[in-house]
Amino acid sequence: MSAPFGRRLCTVAENRASGGYRVFSLLDREGPEPQPGQFYMLATEGSWAGDGSRPFLPRAISVADTGPAKEGTRLDFLVEGVGPGTDRLCALEAGEGVWVTGPLGNAFVEPRAVNPSAAGAILVGGGIGVAPLALLRRHFGERGVPLRVLLGFRNQQHSGGLELFCGSGGDLCPEVRLATEDGHRGHKGYVTDLLATMLAGDDAASAVVYSCGPPAMLEAVRALCGERGVPCELALESPMACGFGACFGCAVPKPEGGYMRLCVDGPVVRGEQIAEVTHA
Amino acid sequence: MPEFCGIELAHPVINASGTYDALAARKVFGDALLADFPFSAFVSKTITPEPRSGNAPQRIWETPAGMINSIGLPNKGLEGFLAEDLPQLAELPVPLIVSVMGTSKEEFSRLLDGIAGREEVAAIELNVSCPNVHSGLIVGEQPSETLALLEALRPLTAKPLIVKLTPNVADPAAVAIAAAEGGADAVSLINTLKASAADPVTAAPALAAGHGGLSGPAVRPIALQQLRAVAAAVELPLIGMGGICSGADAAEFIALGATLVAVGTESFRDPRAGSRVAAELAGGPVASSRPHQYSTST
Repeated sequence: MSAPFGRRLCTVAENRASGGYRVFSLLDREGPEPQPGQFYMLATEGSWAGDGSRPFLPRAISVADTGPAKEGTRLDFLVEGVGPGTDRLCALEAGEGVWVTGPLGNAFVEPRAVNPSAAGAILVGGGIGVAPLALLRRHFGERGVPLRVLLGFRNQQHSGGLELFCGSGGDLCPEVRLATEDGHRGHKGYVTDLLATMLAGDDAASAVVYSCGPPAMLEAVRALCGERGVPCELALESPMACGFGACFGCAVPKPEGGYMRLCVDGPVVRGEQIAEVTHA
Repeated sequence: MPEFCGIELAHPVINASGTYDALAARKVFGDALLADFPFSAFVSKTITPEPRSGNAPQRIWETPAGMINSIGLPNKGLEGFLAEDLPQLAELPVPLIVSVMGTSKEEFSRLLDGIAGREEVAAIELNVSCPNVHSGLIVGEQPSETLALLEALRPLTAKPLIVKLTPNVADPAAVAIAAAEGGADAVSLINTLKASAADPVTAAPALAAGHGGLSGPAVRPIALQQLRAVAAAVELPLIGMGGICSGADAAEFIALGATLVAVGTESFRDPRAGSRVAAELAGGPVASSRPHQYSTST
């Protein structure tokens, strides 16, 4: 389904803390419900160019959850302030206007569409990259896709969004396992340690892996899946000025040479579609 | 209804070459793009004789009130363009201007041979911001090179030839005069300004190519001065561009001599910026939009 043509003004319904991250919700009166993996270009209506006239360009942010609202669709975004654009989005106040273009890009597909004999899904998220996997988990859950979720974070400060997976009770649901580099919760180490152990088990051989996170983690996931012959879908990130194929900024090298535009050819790619996950 | 080189246009706002892929946008936004096409003419990305994959990432870098790009002219080459893209671009509801770039008179001639005769093409824009392989000089930086190129190309077509000026020269008016002497029908300006940035984290050049071209509101006053200088030097119709974000911005370019204006970087922020600028220029607000923060003078 096409995105509405142009940007539209949406209203901030809520902005709350989620661990070290923020979750803000927009009310979208016009757009279709997004699919897991899709993203929006976001810029605030006011004060988008603050000190030093940055941020100037809108920011590509993948949607972490969605649902029907009274007058349209609710869009939830999980963000971490790492620069002038995300800092501004973290500071959104209820009632503010946000320019929205989207939903943009492709989406994750169900395991059986990747591999007809696939029995289930393994979701592997790292850091702020857990965002699209939250919507994917709900999507698969509603469709009865057997799934396991592995989430990794650096430390308490650089973590959040867990309630998007398991509700706000604080307990993890049984299919979710955590790894933290500082060991404050779950396995002490990388989330890819958990994936390696899981893929070594017989029952994982027929899974499809879905992953989003920092480039080094994604490359490790891609390599692990490649060794095991397990198909994987990776949601990548790239600098992006427009989100709709106009700027050619989001080039990702293809194994056969040349580049894809991540905004229109991704952001979700199969492991074999890319040469390697490079640091953007 | 503005008239440009004999082409009737619905309004004076077109796109800057390389800032809008109408075919990709149609896939993303569907046929709503055609029903409400943001520009009164469409300028293609620059076509080169052979296919190009473009530069390695990182290709873009945000700067205060603008951005630097080093995209590297990815395109399908002349044959790919004619076979795959031109038939689809012909479905757009506005006249088509094709941008071309070669590294010699021979390459430019080959491009014109392939493109100028096609009835879908209303005009041709010459991107002269690249070196001549024979002289090593950037064509658009040298009045003599520009004159020689136009003298070679002018006999090849009766269709309007637009010369896209580079701003990276001391005297753009001298190049515009050479283009006029060589028989150009119009001049467009400005292309991007040569620019660099360093990544504060890695302390390396921010762009893989080392440098790129600056665009966005940051360049607008420079574009206006170059437009003014060129307007004083030649009688040709001018397409003015450089950081236009609003109707008020466009009005400045028209006040200083532009017949048409082009929107580039602002389309990245607002896919319908062309329509908004045109409506604001005509004096009417666009229902789904609001005046832009850069449009005020205070």
